[in-house]
Amino acid sequence: MPQIVCENLSLGYGGEVVVSGLSFSVSAGMYLCIVGENGAGKTTLMKTILGLRSPLKGSIVFGDGLRQREIGYLSQQTEVQRDFPASVREIVLSGCQGRMGFRPFYRTEEKELAARNMERMGIAELAERCYRDLSGGQQQRVLLARALCATQKLLLLDEPTAGLDPEVTADMYRVIHDLHQSGVTILMITHDVTEALPYATHILHLGGRVFWGTRNEYMREEEERR
Amino acid sequence: MEALFVKLQLYLAYPFVRYALIVGVLIALCSSLLGVTLVLRRFSFIGDGLSHVAFGALAVATVVGVSNKMTIVLPITIFAAVLMLRAGKNAIIKGDAAIAMISVASLAFGYLLLHIFAPPVNLSGDVCSTLFGATSILTLTRDEMWISVVLSVLMLGIFIFFYHKIFAVAFDEDFARAVGTNAGLYNLMLAFVVAVVIVLAMNLVGALLISAFVIFPALSAMRLFRNFFAVTVCSAALSVFCALFGILVAVLAGTPVGATVVAIDVAAFLLCSGAGRLKSIA
Ligand SMILES: Nc1ncnc2c1ncn2[C@@H]1O[C@H](COP(=O)(O)OP(=O)(O)OP(=O)(O)O)[C@@H](O)[C@H]1O
Ligand SMILES: [Mg+2]
Repeated sequence: MPQIVCENLSLGYGGEVVVSGLSFSVSAGMYLCIVGENGAGKTTLMKTILGLRSPLKGSIVFGDGLRQREIGYLSQQTEVQRDFPASVREIVLSGCQGRMGFRPFYRTEEKELAARNMERMGIAELAERCYRDLSGGQQQRVLLARALCATQKLLLLDEPTAGLDPEVTADMYRVIHDLHQSGVTILMITHDVTEALPYATHILHLGGRVFWGTRNEYMREEEERR
Repeated sequence: MEALFVKLQLYLAYPFVRYALIVGVLIALCSSLLGVTLVLRRFSFIGDGLSHVAFGALAVATVVGVSNKMTIVLPITIFAAVLMLRAGKNAIIKGDAAIAMISVASLAFGYLLLHIFAPPVNLSGDVCSTLFGATSILTLTRDEMWISVVLSVLMLGIFIFFYHKIFAVAFDEDFARAVGTNAGLYNLMLAFVVAVVIVLAMNLVGALLISAFVIFPALSAMRLFRNFFAVTVCSAALSVFCALFGILVAVLAGTPVGATVVAIDVAAFLLCSGAGRLKSIA
Protein backbone atom coordinates (compact mmCIF):
# COMPACT_ATOMS: atom_id res chain seq x y z
CA MET A 1 0.00 0.00 0.00
CA PRO A 2 1.57 3.33 -1.07
CA GLN A 3 1.61 6.31 1.27
CA ILE A 4 -0.09 8.62 -1.22
CA VAL A 5 -2.16 7.70 -4.28
CA CYS A 6 -3.21 10.52 -6.61
CA GLU A 7 -5.84 9.51 -9.09
CA ASN A 8 -6.77 11.54 -12.17
CA LEU A 9 -6.05 14.87 -10.45
CA SER A 10 -7.02 18.18 -11.98
CA LEU A 11 -5.65 21.29 -10.30
CA GLY A 12 -6.32 24.94 -10.97
CA TYR A 13 -7.59 28.28 -9.78
CA GLY A 14 -11.08 29.49 -10.48
CA GLY A 15 -11.96 28.29 -13.95
CA GLU A 16 -8.36 27.95 -15.07
CA VAL A 17 -6.96 24.42 -15.17
CA VAL A 18 -3.22 24.18 -14.52
CA VAL A 19 -2.74 20.40 -14.34
CA SER A 20 -5.16 17.75 -15.53
CA GLY A 21 -5.39 13.96 -15.56
CA LEU A 22 -2.45 13.48 -13.22
CA SER A 23 -2.04 10.05 -11.64
CA PHE A 24 0.90 8.85 -9.56
CA SER A 25 1.64 7.23 -6.25
CA VAL A 26 4.25 7.64 -3.55
CA SER A 27 5.49 4.68 -1.52
CA ALA A 28 7.63 4.60 1.59
CA GLY A 29 11.31 5.02 0.81
CA MET A 30 10.84 6.99 -2.40
CA TYR A 31 12.86 10.08 -3.25
CA LEU A 32 10.61 11.83 -5.72
CA CYS A 33 11.80 14.91 -7.60
CA ILE A 34 9.08 17.11 -9.06
CA VAL A 35 10.43 19.11 -11.97
CA GLY A 36 8.90 21.35 -14.62
CA GLU A 37 8.79 24.89 -15.93
CA ASN A 38 7.77 27.92 -13.84
CA GLY A 39 4.03 27.96 -13.46
CA ALA A 40 3.65 24.28 -14.27
CA GLY A 41 1.69 23.76 -11.06
CA LYS A 42 4.32 22.15 -8.84
CA THR A 43 3.60 24.29 -5.79
CA THR A 44 -0.11 23.93 -6.42
CA LEU A 45 0.25 20.14 -6.40
CA MET A 46 2.08 20.27 -3.08
CA LYS A 47 -0.51 22.50 -1.47
CA THR A 48 -3.20 20.12 -2.65
CA ILE A 49 -1.42 17.12 -1.15
CA LEU A 50 -1.17 19.07 2.13
CA GLY A 51 -4.88 19.81 2.05
CA LEU A 52 -4.35 23.57 1.84
CA ARG A 53 -6.56 23.63 -1.25
CA SER A 54 -8.81 21.08 -2.82
CA PRO A 55 -8.42 19.53 -6.28
CA LEU A 56 -10.82 20.46 -9.08
CA LYS A 57 -11.22 16.78 -9.94
CA GLY A 58 -9.79 13.47 -8.86
CA SER A 59 -8.76 12.12 -5.50
CA ILE A 60 -5.82 11.88 -3.14
CA VAL A 61 -5.80 8.87 -0.82
CA PHE A 62 -3.40 8.36 2.07
CA GLY A 63 -2.35 4.89 3.17
CA ASP A 64 0.38 2.88 4.82
CA GLY A 65 -0.38 4.47 8.18
CA LEU A 66 0.23 7.99 6.90
CA ARG A 67 -2.26 10.68 7.77
CA GLN A 68 -2.48 13.98 5.96
CA ARG A 69 -1.41 16.07 8.93
CA GLU A 70 1.66 13.92 9.50
CA ILE A 71 3.44 15.43 6.53
CA GLY A 72 6.37 17.78 7.07
CA TYR A 73 6.44 20.81 4.80
CA LEU A 74 9.18 23.21 3.81
CA SER A 75 7.63 26.06 1.88
CA GLN A 76 9.15 28.75 -0.25
CA GLN A 77 10.06 31.64 2.10
CA THR A 78 7.40 34.24 2.70
CA GLU A 79 7.90 37.95 3.09
CA VAL A 80 6.60 37.88 6.66
CA GLN A 81 9.34 35.51 7.81
CA ARG A 82 12.16 37.71 6.62
CA ASP A 83 11.94 40.14 9.55
CA PHE A 84 10.07 38.04 12.10
CA PRO A 85 11.58 38.27 15.58
CA ALA A 86 11.70 34.62 16.57
CA SER A 87 14.42 32.41 17.97
CA VAL A 88 15.41 29.18 16.27
CA ARG A 89 14.08 27.17 19.19
CA GLU A 90 10.66 28.83 19.03
CA ILE A 91 10.35 28.07 15.33
CA VAL A 92 11.47 24.45 15.56
CA LEU A 93 9.10 23.88 18.49
CA SER A 94 6.19 25.20 16.44
CA GLY A 95 6.60 22.09 14.27
CA CYS A 96 5.08 20.11 17.14
CA GLN A 97 1.77 22.01 16.84
CA GLY A 98 0.16 19.20 14.87
CA ARG A 99 0.25 16.78 17.77
CA MET A 100 -1.02 19.31 20.33
CA GLY A 101 -4.71 19.54 19.54
CA PHE A 102 -6.15 22.12 21.92
CA ARG A 103 -3.44 21.64 24.53
CA PRO A 104 -1.94 25.12 25.07
CA PHE A 105 1.65 24.39 26.13
CA TYR A 106 4.49 22.13 25.02
CA ARG A 107 5.40 19.04 27.03
CA THR A 108 8.93 17.96 27.87
CA GLU A 109 8.88 15.26 25.21
CA GLU A 110 8.10 17.87 22.56
CA LYS A 111 10.92 20.08 23.76
CA GLU A 112 13.23 17.07 23.57
CA LEU A 113 12.03 16.23 20.09
CA ALA A 114 12.79 19.79 18.99
CA ALA A 115 16.23 19.61 20.59
CA ARG A 116 16.95 16.29 18.85
CA ASN A 117 15.93 17.64 15.47
CA MET A 118 18.06 20.75 15.93
CA GLU A 119 20.95 18.41 16.74
CA ARG A 120 20.19 16.35 13.66
CA MET A 121 20.23 19.43 11.42
CA GLY A 122 23.41 20.70 13.03
CA ILE A 123 21.86 23.90 14.38
CA ALA A 124 21.84 23.06 18.09
CA GLU A 125 24.25 25.86 18.94
CA LEU A 126 22.06 28.38 17.08
CA ALA A 127 19.02 27.58 19.24
CA GLU A 128 18.77 31.00 20.90
CA ARG A 129 19.75 33.00 17.82
CA CYS A 130 17.25 35.10 15.94
CA TYR A 131 15.96 33.51 12.74
CA ARG A 132 16.35 36.61 10.59
CA ASP A 133 20.04 36.97 11.50
CA LEU A 134 20.89 33.56 10.05
CA SER A 135 22.25 32.83 6.59
CA GLY A 136 19.93 31.40 3.95
CA GLY A 137 21.35 27.90 4.38
CA GLN A 138 20.97 28.01 8.15
CA GLN A 139 17.39 29.24 7.80
CA GLN A 140 16.56 26.29 5.58
CA ARG A 141 18.01 23.93 8.16
CA VAL A 142 15.81 25.53 10.81
CA LEU A 143 12.72 25.02 8.66
CA LEU A 144 13.79 21.44 7.97
CA ALA A 145 14.15 20.78 11.70
CA ARG A 146 10.67 22.21 12.18
CA ALA A 147 9.28 19.97 9.44
CA LEU A 148 10.94 16.96 11.10
CA CYS A 149 9.10 17.77 14.32
CA ALA A 150 5.87 17.32 12.40
CA THR A 151 6.75 14.01 10.75
CA GLN A 152 9.05 11.04 10.70
CA LYS A 153 7.58 9.69 7.51
CA LEU A 154 7.19 12.10 4.65
CA LEU A 155 8.70 15.49 3.79
CA LEU A 156 7.44 17.86 1.11
CA LEU A 157 10.14 20.32 0.08
CA ASP A 158 9.36 23.26 -2.16
CA GLU A 159 12.60 24.44 -3.79
CA PRO A 160 14.72 23.93 -0.66
CA THR A 161 17.81 25.34 -2.36
CA ALA A 162 16.34 28.48 -3.91
CA GLY A 163 18.72 31.39 -3.36
CA LEU A 164 21.56 29.34 -1.88
CA ASP A 165 25.10 29.41 -3.23
CA PRO A 166 26.46 26.25 -4.97
CA GLU A 167 28.38 25.02 -1.96
CA VAL A 168 25.47 25.39 0.48
CA THR A 169 23.16 23.90 -2.14
CA ALA A 170 25.30 20.77 -2.39
CA ASP A 171 25.33 20.67 1.39
CA MET A 172 21.55 20.93 1.54
CA TYR A 173 21.13 18.04 -0.89
CA ARG A 174 23.44 15.94 1.27
CA VAL A 175 21.34 16.71 4.35
CA ILE A 176 18.18 15.71 2.48
CA HIS A 177 19.92 12.59 1.20
CA ASP A 178 20.83 11.63 4.77
CA LEU A 179 17.22 12.07 5.82
CA HIS A 180 16.15 9.82 2.95
CA GLN A 181 18.72 7.22 4.00
CA SER A 182 17.30 7.27 7.52
CA GLY A 183 13.90 6.27 6.15
CA VAL A 184 12.03 9.51 5.42
CA THR A 185 10.12 9.61 2.15
CA ILE A 186 11.06 12.75 0.18
CA LEU A 187 8.96 14.74 -2.28
CA MET A 188 11.01 17.63 -3.58
CA ILE A 189 10.37 20.38 -6.09
CA THR A 190 13.56 21.51 -7.73
CA HIS A 191 14.87 23.39 -10.73
CA ASP A 192 18.50 22.28 -10.75
CA VAL A 193 18.10 18.88 -12.31
CA THR A 194 21.80 18.06 -12.60
CA GLU A 195 22.41 18.49 -8.86
CA ALA A 196 19.31 16.81 -7.54
CA LEU A 197 18.70 13.95 -9.96
CA PRO A 198 21.52 11.67 -8.78
CA TYR A 199 19.75 11.37 -5.43
CA ALA A 200 16.26 10.77 -6.78
CA THR A 201 14.59 7.39 -7.20
CA HIS A 202 11.56 8.72 -9.09
CA ILE A 203 10.73 11.74 -11.23
CA LEU A 204 7.48 13.57 -11.81
CA HIS A 205 7.68 16.08 -14.64
CA LEU A 206 4.82 18.58 -14.92
CA GLY A 207 4.18 21.05 -17.70
CA GLY A 208 4.04 20.58 -21.46
CA ARG A 209 5.12 16.96 -21.25
CA VAL A 210 3.93 14.95 -18.25
CA PHE A 211 6.25 12.18 -17.12
CA TRP A 212 5.94 9.87 -14.17
CA GLY A 213 8.38 7.02 -13.54
CA THR A 214 11.71 6.02 -12.13
CA ARG A 215 14.78 8.13 -12.58
CA ASN A 216 16.41 5.66 -14.98
CA GLU A 217 13.38 5.68 -17.26
CA TYR A 218 13.44 9.46 -17.18
CA MET A 219 17.14 9.57 -18.09
CA ARG A 220 16.57 7.17 -20.96
CA GLU A 221 13.74 9.26 -22.30
CA GLU A 222 15.83 12.40 -22.03
CA GLU A 223 18.58 10.64 -24.01
CA GLU A 224 16.18 9.67 -26.75
CA ARG A 225 14.79 13.18 -27.03
CA ARG A 226 18.25 14.50 -27.70
CA MET B 1 7.62 67.88 44.13
CA GLU B 2 5.77 67.39 47.38
CA ALA B 3 2.94 69.53 46.14
CA LEU B 4 2.69 67.23 43.16
CA PHE B 5 2.26 64.19 45.40
CA VAL B 6 -0.37 65.89 47.47
CA LYS B 7 -2.22 66.80 44.32
CA LEU B 8 -1.91 63.23 43.06
CA GLN B 9 -3.24 61.86 46.31
CA LEU B 10 -6.15 64.22 46.08
CA TYR B 11 -6.98 63.03 42.58
CA LEU B 12 -6.56 59.37 43.42
CA ALA B 13 -9.20 59.76 46.08
CA TYR B 14 -11.73 60.17 43.27
CA PRO B 15 -13.06 56.84 42.09
CA PHE B 16 -13.23 57.87 38.41
CA VAL B 17 -9.50 58.59 38.41
CA ARG B 18 -8.84 55.12 39.77
CA TYR B 19 -11.22 53.65 37.18
CA ALA B 20 -9.37 55.42 34.42
CA LEU B 21 -6.06 54.06 35.69
CA ILE B 22 -7.33 50.49 35.88
CA VAL B 23 -9.04 50.54 32.52
CA GLY B 24 -6.15 52.34 30.87
CA VAL B 25 -3.61 49.81 32.06
CA LEU B 26 -5.75 46.85 31.00
CA ILE B 27 -6.43 48.28 27.56
CA ALA B 28 -2.75 49.06 27.11
CA LEU B 29 -1.89 45.49 28.06
CA CYS B 30 -4.40 43.89 25.69
CA SER B 31 -3.72 46.12 22.72
CA SER B 32 0.04 45.71 22.99
CA LEU B 33 -0.25 41.91 23.08
CA LEU B 34 -2.38 41.99 19.95
CA GLY B 35 -0.08 44.57 18.42
CA VAL B 36 2.82 42.17 18.15
CA THR B 37 0.81 39.74 16.03
CA LEU B 38 -0.88 42.43 14.00
CA VAL B 39 2.33 44.25 13.15
CA LEU B 40 4.09 41.01 12.20
CA ARG B 41 1.22 39.92 10.00
CA ARG B 42 1.19 43.30 8.23
CA PHE B 43 -2.11 44.33 9.75
CA SER B 44 -0.85 47.45 11.50
CA PHE B 45 -3.69 49.49 10.14
CA ILE B 46 -6.52 47.24 11.17
CA GLY B 47 -6.79 49.04 14.52
CA ASP B 48 -7.24 52.30 12.74
CA GLY B 49 -9.76 50.88 10.31
CA LEU B 50 -11.80 49.19 13.03
CA SER B 51 -11.92 52.26 15.22
CA HIS B 52 -13.42 54.19 12.32
CA VAL B 53 -15.99 51.47 11.91
CA ALA B 54 -16.70 51.65 15.63
CA PHE B 55 -17.20 55.39 15.26
CA GLY B 56 -19.73 54.80 12.50
CA ALA B 57 -21.47 52.19 14.62
CA LEU B 58 -21.52 54.57 17.56
CA ALA B 59 -23.23 57.14 15.37
CA VAL B 60 -25.84 54.59 14.37
CA ALA B 61 -26.35 53.66 18.03
CA THR B 62 -26.73 57.32 18.97
CA VAL B 63 -29.29 57.95 16.23
CA VAL B 64 -31.25 54.80 17.00
CA GLY B 65 -31.11 55.80 20.65
CA VAL B 66 -30.47 52.46 22.34
CA SER B 67 -29.67 52.63 26.02
CA ASN B 68 -26.56 50.46 25.87
CA LYS B 69 -24.62 51.47 22.78
CA MET B 70 -22.31 48.46 23.07
CA THR B 71 -25.08 46.16 21.84
CA ILE B 72 -24.82 47.83 18.45
CA VAL B 73 -21.18 48.88 18.35
CA LEU B 74 -19.61 45.52 19.29
CA PRO B 75 -21.35 43.27 16.75
CA ILE B 76 -20.76 45.69 13.86
CA THR B 77 -17.09 46.11 14.74
CA ILE B 78 -16.55 42.37 15.12
CA PHE B 79 -18.17 41.81 11.74
CA ALA B 80 -15.91 44.43 10.14
CA ALA B 81 -12.86 42.85 11.79
CA VAL B 82 -13.68 39.47 10.28
CA LEU B 83 -14.14 41.08 6.87
CA MET B 84 -10.83 42.93 7.11
CA LEU B 85 -8.73 39.96 8.23
CA ARG B 86 -10.36 37.89 5.53
CA ALA B 87 -9.50 40.57 2.97
CA GLY B 88 -5.82 40.04 3.80
CA LYS B 89 -5.49 37.29 1.28
CA ASN B 90 -6.87 36.23 -2.07
CA ALA B 91 -9.46 38.96 -2.37
CA ILE B 92 -10.30 41.03 -5.42
CA ILE B 93 -9.42 44.21 -3.54
CA LYS B 94 -6.05 44.03 -1.77
CA GLY B 95 -6.00 43.95 2.02
CA ASP B 96 -4.81 47.45 2.77
CA ALA B 97 -7.12 49.01 0.19
CA ALA B 98 -10.09 47.11 1.61
CA ILE B 99 -9.30 48.30 5.12
CA ALA B 100 -8.92 51.88 3.96
CA MET B 101 -12.20 51.72 2.06
CA ILE B 102 -14.25 50.31 4.91
CA SER B 103 -12.76 52.68 7.45
CA VAL B 104 -13.17 55.96 5.58
CA ALA B 105 -16.65 55.00 4.46
CA SER B 106 -17.72 54.33 8.07
CA LEU B 107 -16.21 57.58 9.25
CA ALA B 108 -18.02 59.63 6.62
CA PHE B 109 -21.23 57.71 7.05
CA GLY B 110 -21.15 58.08 10.83
CA TYR B 111 -20.52 61.80 10.77
CA LEU B 112 -23.22 62.28 8.17
CA LEU B 113 -25.73 60.34 10.24
CA LEU B 114 -24.94 62.35 13.35
CA HIS B 115 -25.20 65.58 11.43
CA ILE B 116 -28.58 64.77 9.97
CA PHE B 117 -30.31 63.05 12.87
CA ALA B 118 -28.66 63.93 16.16
CA PRO B 119 -29.65 66.99 18.13
CA PRO B 120 -27.09 69.62 17.13
CA VAL B 121 -26.37 70.70 20.69
CA ASN B 122 -22.68 70.05 20.92
CA LEU B 123 -21.99 67.99 17.85
CA SER B 124 -18.42 69.05 17.17
CA GLY B 125 -17.54 68.57 20.85
CA ASP B 126 -19.02 65.07 20.89
CA VAL B 127 -17.37 64.07 17.66
CA CYS B 128 -14.08 65.46 18.84
CA SER B 129 -14.15 63.44 22.03
CA THR B 130 -15.07 60.28 20.11
CA LEU B 131 -12.19 60.82 17.74
CA PHE B 132 -9.53 61.89 20.18
CA GLY B 133 -10.73 60.42 23.43
CA ALA B 134 -12.47 62.27 26.21
CA THR B 135 -10.54 65.32 27.33
CA SER B 136 -11.54 64.65 30.89
CA ILE B 137 -11.63 61.12 32.17
CA LEU B 138 -14.73 61.84 34.21
CA THR B 139 -16.68 59.89 31.67
CA LEU B 140 -15.93 56.38 32.95
CA THR B 141 -18.58 54.93 35.21
CA ARG B 142 -18.16 52.07 37.63
CA ASP B 143 -20.12 49.70 35.39
CA GLU B 144 -18.02 50.59 32.38
CA MET B 145 -14.94 49.87 34.39
CA TRP B 146 -16.20 46.42 35.34
CA ILE B 147 -17.11 45.61 31.75
CA SER B 148 -13.61 46.57 30.71
CA VAL B 149 -12.03 44.52 33.47
CA VAL B 150 -14.01 41.39 32.64
CA LEU B 151 -13.42 41.66 28.90
CA SER B 152 -9.72 42.40 29.36
CA VAL B 153 -9.19 39.42 31.62
CA LEU B 154 -11.01 37.26 29.08
CA MET B 155 -8.78 38.57 26.27
CA LEU B 156 -5.71 37.94 28.36
CA GLY B 157 -6.81 34.37 29.08
CA ILE B 158 -7.43 33.69 25.40
CA PHE B 159 -4.05 35.11 24.48
CA ILE B 160 -2.12 33.03 26.99
CA PHE B 161 -4.04 29.86 26.21
CA PHE B 162 -3.48 30.16 22.46
CA TYR B 163 -0.04 31.78 22.61
CA HIS B 164 1.82 29.00 20.78
CA LYS B 165 -0.87 28.69 18.13
CA ILE B 166 -0.88 32.44 17.57
CA PHE B 167 2.88 32.28 17.06
CA ALA B 168 2.70 29.33 14.67
CA VAL B 169 -0.03 30.88 12.53
CA ALA B 170 1.68 34.28 12.43
CA PHE B 171 5.05 32.84 11.45
CA ASP B 172 3.86 30.46 8.78
CA GLU B 173 0.16 30.02 8.20
CA ASP B 174 0.57 27.43 5.45
CA PHE B 175 2.75 25.22 7.60
CA ALA B 176 0.45 25.56 10.59
CA ARG B 177 -2.52 24.55 8.49
CA ALA B 178 -0.59 21.69 6.91
CA VAL B 179 0.09 20.12 10.29
CA GLY B 180 -3.54 20.43 11.24
CA THR B 181 -3.80 23.70 13.15
CA ASN B 182 -7.16 25.25 12.50
CA ALA B 183 -5.80 28.57 11.27
CA GLY B 184 -9.22 29.74 10.11
CA LEU B 185 -10.56 29.44 13.64
CA TYR B 186 -7.62 31.35 15.11
CA ASN B 187 -7.95 34.10 12.53
CA LEU B 188 -11.60 34.41 13.43
CA MET B 189 -10.72 34.55 17.08
CA LEU B 190 -8.05 37.16 16.42
CA ALA B 191 -10.60 39.30 14.59
CA PHE B 192 -13.00 38.95 17.49
CA VAL B 193 -10.43 39.88 20.13
CA VAL B 194 -9.11 42.82 18.12
CA ALA B 195 -12.61 44.20 17.70
CA VAL B 196 -13.38 43.96 21.41
CA VAL B 197 -10.12 45.64 22.40
CA ILE B 198 -10.63 48.43 19.89
CA VAL B 199 -14.12 49.15 21.16
CA LEU B 200 -12.89 49.20 24.74
CA ALA B 201 -9.96 51.43 23.88
CA MET B 202 -12.14 53.89 22.05
CA ASN B 203 -13.60 55.16 25.30
CA LEU B 204 -10.22 56.10 26.55
CA VAL B 205 -8.04 57.17 23.68
CA GLY B 206 -10.55 57.87 20.95
CA ALA B 207 -10.89 56.46 17.48
CA LEU B 208 -7.98 58.22 15.84
CA LEU B 209 -5.30 57.35 18.37
CA ILE B 210 -5.93 53.64 18.94
CA SER B 211 -3.47 52.54 16.27
CA ALA B 212 -0.69 54.10 18.30
CA PHE B 213 -1.63 51.88 21.26
CA VAL B 214 -1.50 48.83 19.04
CA ILE B 215 1.64 49.59 17.06
CA PHE B 216 4.13 51.53 19.17
CA PRO B 217 4.81 49.12 22.06
CA ALA B 218 5.25 46.23 19.60
CA LEU B 219 7.61 48.19 17.38
CA SER B 220 9.59 49.44 20.39
CA ALA B 221 9.97 45.91 21.73
CA MET B 222 11.11 44.68 18.31
CA ARG B 223 13.98 47.19 18.37
CA LEU B 224 15.23 45.64 21.59
CA PHE B 225 14.54 41.92 21.40
CA ARG B 226 14.88 39.23 18.80
CA ASN B 227 12.69 36.39 19.95
CA PHE B 228 8.92 36.26 20.02
CA PHE B 229 8.48 35.63 23.72
CA ALA B 230 10.75 38.50 24.78
CA VAL B 231 9.13 40.84 22.27
CA THR B 232 5.68 39.96 23.59
CA VAL B 233 6.58 40.42 27.25
CA CYS B 234 8.54 43.61 26.64
CA SER B 235 5.78 45.07 24.53
CA ALA B 236 3.23 44.41 27.27
CA ALA B 237 5.42 45.81 30.03
CA LEU B 238 6.32 48.89 28.04
CA SER B 239 2.72 49.56 27.12
CA VAL B 240 1.50 49.24 30.70
CA PHE B 241 4.24 51.53 31.96
CA CYS B 242 3.52 54.18 29.32
CA ALA B 243 -0.21 54.04 29.99
CA LEU B 244 0.24 54.37 33.75
CA PHE B 245 2.73 57.18 33.45
CA GLY B 246 0.74 58.91 30.72
CA ILE B 247 -2.54 58.86 32.62
CA LEU B 248 -0.89 60.23 35.76
CA VAL B 249 0.75 63.01 33.78
CA ALA B 250 -2.52 63.77 32.05
CA VAL B 251 -4.35 63.96 35.37
CA LEU B 252 -1.77 66.23 36.93
CA ALA B 253 -1.19 68.47 33.94
CA GLY B 254 -4.78 68.46 32.73
CA THR B 255 -3.85 67.28 29.24
CA PRO B 256 -5.97 64.90 27.13
CA VAL B 257 -5.37 61.32 28.27
CA GLY B 258 -5.13 59.58 24.89
CA ALA B 259 -2.78 62.08 23.32
CA THR B 260 -0.53 62.15 26.39
CA VAL B 261 -0.16 58.38 26.52
CA VAL B 262 0.56 58.24 22.80
CA ALA B 263 3.17 60.97 23.13
CA ILE B 264 4.90 58.93 25.83
CA ASP B 265 4.64 55.81 23.64
CA VAL B 266 6.38 57.69 20.86
CA ALA B 267 9.11 58.85 23.25
CA ALA B 268 9.58 55.26 24.42
CA PHE B 269 9.85 54.13 20.81
CA LEU B 270 12.59 56.67 20.12
CA LEU B 271 14.46 55.57 23.24
CA CYS B 272 14.15 51.90 22.28
CA SER B 273 15.33 52.61 18.75
CA GLY B 274 18.40 54.34 20.12
CA ALA B 275 19.06 51.52 22.57
CA GLY B 276 18.58 48.94 19.83
CA ARG B 277 21.06 50.74 17.61
CA LEU B 278 23.60 50.85 20.45
CA LYS B 279 23.04 47.18 21.20
CA SER B 280 23.66 46.14 17.61
CA ILE B 281 26.86 48.20 17.41
CA ALA B 282 28.18 46.81 20.70
N1 LIG C 1 -3.37 31.95 -5.66
C1 LIG C 1 -3.44 31.80 -7.01
N2 LIG C 1 -4.53 32.27 -7.68
C2 LIG C 1 -4.62 32.12 -9.02
N3 LIG C 1 -3.70 31.52 -9.78
C3 LIG C 1 -2.60 31.05 -9.19
C4 LIG C 1 -2.41 31.15 -7.76
N4 LIG C 1 -1.22 30.59 -7.44
C5 LIG C 1 -0.71 30.14 -8.60
N5 LIG C 1 -1.52 30.41 -9.64
C6 LIG C 1 -1.28 30.04 -11.04
O1 LIG C 1 -1.20 28.64 -11.14
C7 LIG C 1 -0.15 28.25 -11.98
C8 LIG C 1 0.78 27.29 -11.26
O2 LIG C 1 1.42 27.93 -10.18
P1 LIG C 1 2.45 27.19 -9.24
O3 LIG C 1 2.84 28.15 -8.17
O4 LIG C 1 1.90 25.89 -8.81
O5 LIG C 1 3.68 26.96 -10.23
P2 LIG C 1 5.10 26.31 -9.92
O6 LIG C 1 5.20 25.11 -10.79
O7 LIG C 1 5.29 26.10 -8.46
O8 LIG C 1 6.07 27.44 -10.45
P3 LIG C 1 7.51 27.92 -9.86
O9 LIG C 1 8.50 27.00 -10.45
O10 LIG C 1 7.63 29.29 -10.42
O11 LIG C 1 7.43 27.90 -8.39
C9 LIG C 1 0.53 29.52 -12.45
O12 LIG C 1 0.09 29.79 -13.76
C10 LIG C 1 0.05 30.58 -11.52
O13 LIG C 1 -0.11 31.79 -12.20
MG1 LIG D 1 6.56 26.99 -6.90
